[in-house]
Amino acid sequence: MTSDVAAAVGYQDPPPRKGFFTDTSVCIGCKACEVACKEWNAVPEDGLNFTGMSYDNTQSLGADTWRHVAFIEKPAASRSSVSLGMPTIGPPTGGTPTDRTPISSDVQNQAVPDVVAGQTQNAGTPDFQWLMASDVCKHCTHAACLDVCPTGALFRTEFGTVVVQQDVCNGCGYCVSACPYGVIDQRKDDGRVFKCTMCYDRLSVGEQPACAKACPTESIQYGDLDELRERAQQRVDTLHAAGMADARLYGESPDDGVGGNGAFFLLLDQPEVYGLPPAPVVTTADLASMWKHAAVAAAGLVVAAGVAFFGGRE
Amino acid sequence: MSYQPTTDSPQQARKSLQGWRKRRGERLMVPPAEFTSYYGRAVLKEPTWEATDIAGYLFLGGLAGASSVLAAGAQASKRTELERASKVTAIGAISLSMVALVHDLGRPERFINMLRVFKPTSPMSVGSWVLSGYAPLAGLAAASRITGRAPRLGAAATAGAALLGPAVASYTAVLVADTAVPAWHEGFRELPFVFVGSGAAAAAGLGLLAAPVAETGPARRLAVLGAAAELAATARMEQRVGLIAETYHQGRAGTLLRAAKLLTTAGAVGGAMLGRRSRVAAAASGAALLAGSACTRFGIFEAGRASVKDPKYTVVPQRERISAADGFADAEPADT
Amino acid sequence: MGARVWLQSWPVYRQLTGDDPWGRGAAVKSGASAHLHPRIAEADRVVESVCPYCAVGCGQKVYVKDDKVVQIEGDPGSPVSRGRLCPKGSATLQLTTGEAREHQVLYRRPGGTDWEPLDLETAMRMVAERVIKTRREGWEWEHDGKRVRRTMGVASLGGATLDNEENYLIKKLATALGIVQVENQARVCHSSTVVGLGTSFGRGGSTTCLQDLQHADCIVIQGSNFAEAHPVGFQWVMEAKARGAKIIHVDPRFTRTSAVADLHVPIRAGSDIAFLGGIIRHVLENELFFREYVLAYTNAATIVREDFQDTEDLGGLFSGFDAEGRHYDVSSWQYEGMQAAAASGQREHRMDDDEQQSSHHEAAHSGHPESHGSGGPALVGTPREDKTLQDPRCVFQILRRHYARYTPELVAEICGVPQDQFAAVCDALTSNSGPERTSAFAYAVGWTQHTVGSQYIRTACILQLLLGNVGRPGGGIMALRGHASIQGSSDIPTLFDLLPGYIPMPQARSHQDLASFVRDDSAQRGFWAELDTYLVSLLKAYWGDAATAENDFCFDYLPRITGTHSTYETVQAQQDGTCKGYFLMGENPAVGSANAKMQRLGLANLEWLVVRDFSLIESATWWKDGPEIASGEMRTEDIDTEVFFFPAAAHTEKDGTFTNTNRMLQWHAQAVEPEGDARSDLWFTYHLGRLIRQQLAGSSDPMDAPILDLAWDYPTHGPLDEPSAEAVLQEINGRDATGRLLSAYTELKADGSTSCGCWIYCGVFADGDNQSAHRTPVTKDNWLGLDWGWAWPANRRILYNRASAAPDGTPWSERKALVWWDAAQQRWTGHDVPDFVPDKEPGYVAPVDARGGDGLNGTDPFIMQSDGKGWLYAPAGLVDGPLPTHYEPQDSPVTNPLYSWGRNPVREIKSRPNNRFHPSGDEPGAEVYPFVVTTYRLTEHFTAGGMSRWSPYLAELQPELFCEVSPELARERGLEHAGWATIVTARGVIEARVLVTERMNPLTIQGRTVHQIGLPYHWGPNGYSTGDAVNELTSIALDPNAHIEEVKALTADIRPGRRPQGADRPEYVLAHQVRAGITEKTGMEN
Ligand SMILES: Nc1nc2c(c(=O)[nH]1)N[C@H]1C(S)=C(S)[C@@H](COP(=O)(O)OP(=O)(O)OC[C@H]3O[C@@H](n4cnc5c(=O)[nH]c(N)nc54)[C@H](O)[C@@H]3O)O[C@H]1N2
Ligand SMILES: Nc1nc2c(c(=O)[nH]1)N[C@H]1C(S)=C(S)[C@@H](COP(=O)(O)OP(=O)(O)OC[C@H]3O[C@@H](n4cnc5c(=O)[nH]c(N)nc54)[C@H](O)[C@@H]3O)O[C@H]1N2
Ligand code: SF4
Ligand code: SF4
Ligand code: SF4
Ligand code: SF4
Ligand code: SF4
Ligand SMILES: [Mo]
Repeated sequence: MTSDVAAAVGYQDPPPRKGFFTDTSVCIGCKACEVACKEWNAVPEDGLNFTGMSYDNTQSLGADTWRHVAFIEKPAASRSSVSLGMPTIGPPTGGTPTDRTPISSDVQNQAVPDVVAGQTQNAGTPDFQWLMASDVCKHCTHAACLDVCPTGALFRTEFGTVVVQQDVCNGCGYCVSACPYGVIDQRKDDGRVFKCTMCYDRLSVGEQPACAKACPTESIQYGDLDELRERAQQRVDTLHAAGMADARLYGESPDDGVGGNGAFFLLLDQPEVYGLPPAPVVTTADLASMWKHAAVAAAGLVVAAGVAFFGGRE
Repeated sequence: MSYQPTTDSPQQARKSLQGWRKRRGERLMVPPAEFTSYYGRAVLKEPTWEATDIAGYLFLGGLAGASSVLAAGAQASKRTELERASKVTAIGAISLSMVALVHDLGRPERFINMLRVFKPTSPMSVGSWVLSGYAPLAGLAAASRITGRAPRLGAAATAGAALLGPAVASYTAVLVADTAVPAWHEGFRELPFVFVGSGAAAAAGLGLLAAPVAETGPARRLAVLGAAAELAATARMEQRVGLIAETYHQGRAGTLLRAAKLLTTAGAVGGAMLGRRSRVAAAASGAALLAGSACTRFGIFEAGRASVKDPKYTVVPQRERISAADGFADAEPADT
Repeated sequence: MGARVWLQSWPVYRQLTGDDPWGRGAAVKSGASAHLHPRIAEADRVVESVCPYCAVGCGQKVYVKDDKVVQIEGDPGSPVSRGRLCPKGSATLQLTTGEAREHQVLYRRPGGTDWEPLDLETAMRMVAERVIKTRREGWEWEHDGKRVRRTMGVASLGGATLDNEENYLIKKLATALGIVQVENQARVCHSSTVVGLGTSFGRGGSTTCLQDLQHADCIVIQGSNFAEAHPVGFQWVMEAKARGAKIIHVDPRFTRTSAVADLHVPIRAGSDIAFLGGIIRHVLENELFFREYVLAYTNAATIVREDFQDTEDLGGLFSGFDAEGRHYDVSSWQYEGMQAAAASGQREHRMDDDEQQSSHHEAAHSGHPESHGSGGPALVGTPREDKTLQDPRCVFQILRRHYARYTPELVAEICGVPQDQFAAVCDALTSNSGPERTSAFAYAVGWTQHTVGSQYIRTACILQLLLGNVGRPGGGIMALRGHASIQGSSDIPTLFDLLPGYIPMPQARSHQDLASFVRDDSAQRGFWAELDTYLVSLLKAYWGDAATAENDFCFDYLPRITGTHSTYETVQAQQDGTCKGYFLMGENPAVGSANAKMQRLGLANLEWLVVRDFSLIESATWWKDGPEIASGEMRTEDIDTEVFFFPAAAHTEKDGTFTNTNRMLQWHAQAVEPEGDARSDLWFTYHLGRLIRQQLAGSSDPMDAPILDLAWDYPTHGPLDEPSAEAVLQEINGRDATGRLLSAYTELKADGSTSCGCWIYCGVFADGDNQSAHRTPVTKDNWLGLDWGWAWPANRRILYNRASAAPDGTPWSERKALVWWDAAQQRWTGHDVPDFVPDKEPGYVAPVDARGGDGLNGTDPFIMQSDGKGWLYAPAGLVDGPLPTHYEPQDSPVTNPLYSWGRNPVREIKSRPNNRFHPSGDEPGAEVYPFVVTTYRLTEHFTAGGMSRWSPYLAELQPELFCEVSPELARERGLEHAGWATIVTARGVIEARVLVTERMNPLTIQGRTVHQIGLPYHWGPNGYSTGDAVNELTSIALDPNAHIEEVKALTADIRPGRRPQGADRPEYVLAHQVRAGITEKTGMEN
């Protein structure tokens, strides 16, 4: 049961774990999610920058952007079933090893843009793709930001989400460096860090998050994580059956490096194309080992000092 | 408002990466890192930390922690000047380091929230608690030594500080390693040794600088040991982290770390060879060791930044991990 | 705080004592987290509202706390939006409560260099005085010897953003004042829709509703960027796709719609008639049409007059062309044996000979075709038919011959669409049409804004009729309208040529009394036959007790029009000095209308200008910071225009209804009082009228009688004396003599015993209940949401739905059942309200001499048409041809391979110094403007920008004007990605950032490469996000039916770098003109 995450951190009878399934295959890049989030959370506008990054002038998630819609213009990957491996650790779930395309192959494909879209032989398939995907905090099962937070400002809510408590955060910035997805960031003029709260306040009164509510095409689906995972798997199967071999889930597997995301995605290309890390691992997975090494090093210092003082002949 | 192209298209980003590599004729230590990114943008967020604050903090923490150990040894071996210098250094450094830490906070007035929880998963939390134990002890030790009062309490404090000192010196390695920053995290096995070695060398350097030649024997030896540990650990780390090692060699971090190696080696060797004979040489060696230690911390700090800025240090190792897990370690074409 | 309490609140203590030893959850929860108060839960009240941006009409909930709006979000009950909002709808809180809103009346005196604050009361009085004075100065009792009873001194523009009630009062007041130059966005946006759909089907509104698109098996989106311009409506396309429908997007650009479509077909802007004509040919030649439907429900079998000649016979002209006056005598286009008493002015052929010449000319420019918004052209007589479709003069055969040359090869040659793609579209459409399947078309201004805009839409109508897709679930033609209430501002028009309910404005020449008006404009059969009841009831609503049978119900109080007084004529009239006073009621022509410079020159020549808006838009500030000031062409001190700026109240601050693109009226309730001087347009119009009446009180001048006799006493309420929008809507709905609110327009009488402000809206207060405020959630209703809001006509959601059943009254198929004949009940029944006489049985055959609705058979689903048929061929109602023909845009790099008349022969063009046209095709000089330009919208912005450029949350998403170019064009012209480009036409020059993208495709047309440049048109120099206005480039070249401008296809040159500044800017434009050899004759020929 996915409510375990909340139970594990001391909540009595927590509700089922809540999450997002963002299905990028139906995203129309409208950015309603970005605006709805800003309106609800009174997130500051963060500047007029024409970036030239397709229609993305927001650039990335950050302290003032809790939803970010990525735009990628690319000629479609070759229609042969291309799978580059699921971005999870553990057994691959998509494609067989032999039809795997080398990571760089799409570089070659893309280097020579097939510009005359009209001239394709197969009129039914787009020979050009414009991918759009709305990114958000992953509300990791093993959340590095939360783990490293020295004040308890970052905490897991009863809904299993990861939230910064603004009345506590002292702006140490540790979480910023810890997040393997580059999500959370510091608002310079405020000093504290900010990120998606999964609309903790709205959830507390049984409302859905603002971004999910606004999303015109249900690209953002909010709900009980268990159920979302099922729905997502069905969707992938449907897309595969329809010949969209590139469709894959990202962050849905509890076996991945962060124990699965509370907010996971259906992508149509490799994660890094969208600016997502392909196989992140929560940094604290190695923490025990780190402490061990540190202890040995510390002991080493004592020993070295001993040697320095008493091992010499002076 | 004049325009500065902020990014390329994904395709362009990819191409420019290739071009860049060709231009430099770089010899990579791992199979060529062909990868895709989102307009060449970083996957991770750059640390919010200021170099002077946090790299400074790393340096000062190491200096303080190791100094307390040195102070205890000096006290035990009755090297009073070394003892005094080390104790003053310890409290001075740790005080400065805490100022730096607080200064770096986005909300310094909320420093106290560090003691709101005790989180073993947060090296910063652990560090805060350690520091809140250590700093008063170091202070007491120094105060007692300077004023000559309460010698017993002073001795106990000295012992306590010496016990916590190694933790102070080593936890900062965990602090930086326990992040997603590739150049920090990937070196988590070696970094404690780098940091402790560097701290020891720095404390020894300070001893060489401040104590009379007659008392600096242990400092000279500690310098050699610390420097050796640091250099050995660094070498091992560079090997282990693969592609990411580029960040230790290039740019500002490269310069700093090269300087660190030079200064530390020079300081240790100089101290060992000449420190006994010449006060000036000892002082120079000590200064070199201190500077070397500082360079190490600033270098590592900068390498971390660099490793965040370029998405390849995030993506490629993860891709390799996937390939390895899938049994496809070598999925690269030969044309790069 | 006791030590214990303190200790217990210390998380470390809780870590040690509770279940969260690691301090990651419950133990570290803070005080704030323990007491969350989401403001939606804290609100004092929640008010039902509607998104004020676009015509999707998404439901909104407005949360109010302490009399402040604290949150606005989607209403999950809405059958259209289901709670969702696009970025604009999501930014409504910022729009209505943000800092960009003005709250102070501002005044700029003649020659003044800056604004001065002015108190509201004084300002109102000053405006009233000016209206009275200017009206009088511009008064005309007669024009060319005909009584007109009007003033040409004052004009008004805007209404699509306003409520129906506000539009109603504006038109009512203006009409009483004799002001005819009343226009709104409907002109520049979808006027050609009304013509195209109206002449084909009998009503000018979308035939279907957004939520029914989910039932389509194939959706062709063409001339619309559905996902970007109607994002929330687009959910129904995605729904259809999820159910297996094929989604096709035909667009010059690969857009966010294309991104999720199954097929994107890049097409050259301005070539759609060739493309659709090609499909029509494919359908006809391969016998793929829905024969039973076509035979029963269209005019395919009707025989056309013998003297009709096609463009194929006359090199691109239809018969009846008058080269001198550049118009058609349309008589030869008609059915054999039938006269068009067309509501479109073509009836003049019945007039005496000496008048004929001039009247035709006038007719061609009258704009009357738009009156087919609810009621097709009127015909008199009985046509001859050949149900075998073999007669060479039957519509079917004419159609076949007309499109015979529109082969796939020709489509490729004109549109640049490869044959395989074209074939794919043909296959998708035909295989998804028929008894078991339906396909829908969705279009918007990618089709309407052409010199042949009306005919674009006609082409789609023909195709959909042939495929049998009209009136059926998942079928039809979805006209995606623009602003929140632009459908309403067409229905209750602030338009020069219409009275409410698409009743034409009287023409000076022929309409001197009620009888002649009704005789001319009502048909013998179909619902227009009841025109007298609609008009008399309207006159009663306008003049109340003063309107009596004896005085023709004050018919003479109506001002008459003489030809066209569209907004583009008004601009000329301003420059000529006849129009001296101007109201801008929520429209920004200095950015949004074609040829922005012409607009500003018009404004600069006014005596006074009133601007009502939220912020200081370009149309309000041009006198101090417009481009002409920067270039030195004008000096602020020399401009004598007096400018009044009135801050407008937002939709959250007033009651009223919007009519969305589904023809659905939705009530939005006032949530809070407007702040400062901000007032509703209802308030402004009502009180202005009141002040004018006060100042004129006692006047015996007959000129003032209509205004003094006007029924103008609306109840007011609240601290601001806000007039009651409900009372106005009730007046619109209509009452009988006892004051009872009417329930249907069939209750209207011609004897003066009923009043009704807009007959097609009669029923919105059915049973005395405000139906537009109904909010039965879609979860508790069928997909049409019949009890959510109220749709005209008579709450029918899918028009012509009688056609969803076969002639015998049974559904064509179970899968596509919508409305059917219930023999047991002897009634039409089904999922929708039947768009048919409820008890007229399928077998009913109309007696020859039957009038009105009784004149139509039980198998005639197009009840607003005189013959009850869908018109494949339009024997009347259009001034530029009974069939759509491919003509090139006014400015085009391509030569029309079909005809020597390459462009619409009767297009409306006037070459003026600031409105010069380009050489086209292979004419010398055409190479100076070698590229096709098209203009359009982005999801993140709204129209001329007044509602988005000032909103930081929207502005940051698309911060600057950019142009979209292909990598090939970028290479050819040395354009640098993310750098700057300069784009120039004979009208102006602008600069834009460069977005090099493979979404733009160079096309191969007639063996050469044609590049297209894309320009979103939302920017202007004011606001938070600023940029050049794209309409500096466009020209005033109009569709002759609808007077809509061609801003979707033009030509231009593009160069790297920024544009010249100051005086060099006009110089640069001129230099290009000289290089291209442009004269006043350029572009005026074929
Ligand atoms: N986000 C947003 N939504 C809006 C508005 C807005 O400003 N912003 N405005 C509202 C208003 S007022 C209106 S009228 C509607 C308009 O809605 P749309 O008509 O969808 O809007 P446009 O972007 O102007 O034009 C649609 C498409 O037509 C294409 N096009 C241009 N020329 C041609 C042509 O010759 N043939 C074909 N097939 N396509 C062509 C353009 O490339 C563009 O993609 O949107 C309404 N909704
Ligand atoms: N080149 C090019 N030009 C075009 C088009 C194109 O596609 N290409 N499209 C055309 C189309 S379809 C349209 S509809 C027009 C739109 O052009 P405009 O209508 O001129 O543009 P908007 O910015 O919508 O202007 C409406 C104004 O009404 C104000 N407003 C909103 N609500 C209210 C209210 O309640 N009261 C008052 N008083 N004011 C209010 C808004 O702030 C805004 O400034 O542009 C046309 N021009
Ligand atoms: S994505 Fe980053 S910020 Fe979000 S929960 Fe995971 S680690 Fe924390
Ligand atoms: S910045 Fe705030 S939330 Fe992040 S780790 Fe520090 S205290 Fe915790
Ligand atoms: S869940 Fe709430 S806070 Fe998170 S992105 Fe969506 S709207 Fe923003
Ligand atoms: S996720 Fe939804 S709201 Fe966000 S851009 Fe995509 S479609 Fe729009
Ligand atoms: S702008 Fe249109 S689609 Fe967007 S929320 Fe408003 S009504 Fe809906
Ligand atoms: Mo529009």
